[in-house]
Amino acid sequence: MWQKLYDEIKKQNFIIIAIAMDSEACAARPWIEAAELDYPALIDRDHRVAELYNMVNVPQAVWIDESGIIVRPAENAGAYEGFRAMDLETWTMPEDELATTVNAQTTYFSAVRDWARLGVDCGHLYSAAQAKDRTAVPSKETALAHCHFHLGQYLLRNGRKAEAQEHLAKASRLHPTSWNIWRQAAEKNETGLNNDAAFWNRVKSLGGDYYYPPVDIAGMPK
Amino acid sequence: MTVILSRLGEFNVNDEPTGELWLEPEQAAVASGWELRPEGFCRGDICVPVPLNKAEILIADGKVNLSAFWNHMGMPAATSIDGDVWALGEGAESRAVELQSLDAPDFTLPDLAGVQHSLSDYHGKKILLATWASW
Repeated sequence: MWQKLYDEIKKQNFIIIAIAMDSEACAARPWIEAAELDYPALIDRDHRVAELYNMVNVPQAVWIDESGIIVRPAENAGAYEGFRAMDLETWTMPEDELATTVNAQTTYFSAVRDWARLGVDCGHLYSAAQAKDRTAVPSKETALAHCHFHLGQYLLRNGRKAEAQEHLAKASRLHPTSWNIWRQAAEKNETGLNNDAAFWNRVKSLGGDYYYPPVDIAGMPK
Repeated sequence: MTVILSRLGEFNVNDEPTGELWLEPEQAAVASGWELRPEGFCRGDICVPVPLNKAEILIADGKVNLSAFWNHMGMPAATSIDGDVWALGEGAESRAVELQSLDAPDFTLPDLAGVQHSLSDYHGKKILLATWASW
């Protein structure tokens, strides 16, 4: 997803660090190899980065400046939820939604390009006060959810699947807004429930809430 | 043998699995970052005195009760049925303070080849830290 953009900006003292929220490296491997990435693609089976940066879905991104300061806290990395208008019989999307989806990614990438080229003058960086304001902080339940997730992933790796499933499910109950946790928990679900159907039902139950919240960059869809 | 999962990594400790986590103070320090000093339990510059009414719950026979300490601190923890695996998490409040400091929290993760990368390895560059997944 990021390689083409990275090719354009890597000479500008810029690095992309991609974090795969996959429980097993083998799930991410074909994607990483096919893309022939030349930036680090790391595997975060325990969702450590999601915990540290309070992330709940993919793709999300954090902008970090040269001195290690967060200049845009975790946010949707340019995705648009046009997919919610997909016709599940024909797997087609209305043309306007498709166009908006493409435009959202183009606009976001172009903001990243501006940042690479212009640095602080790009107009997309938050002041410290703005960045603090926009930083979502975890609740007690979210912090506990990450413990259960970490434990669940460990048990899963050690062949204790049934027990693992309980902790992953508990993590998802404690942190219901995390799609990252829900996806990993659902992936291991052996109740016979079709995961795609479960996903679409869960998306539907969002109602008027966002799956990909709008990004505060000029030109991004609301 | 008991396993502790913490922000510092994965640790095997010589503790018979019970409902509590009684450890040599050195082991507790390595696995959790909290060290027993004369002034109390300390991590970096932060020290938490041992309350007199909880002294016996937290320290006995030269060992410290790390799970009771975690509970005393209100920090999140989860444990397996047999008590042989403990995930000791960071409290929501300290996580919030850390995030709002805007200092990007450091982490170390492997790439596909198993090579470890830390965020801090890339200090001095602009970094787009971006998540994705195969699912």
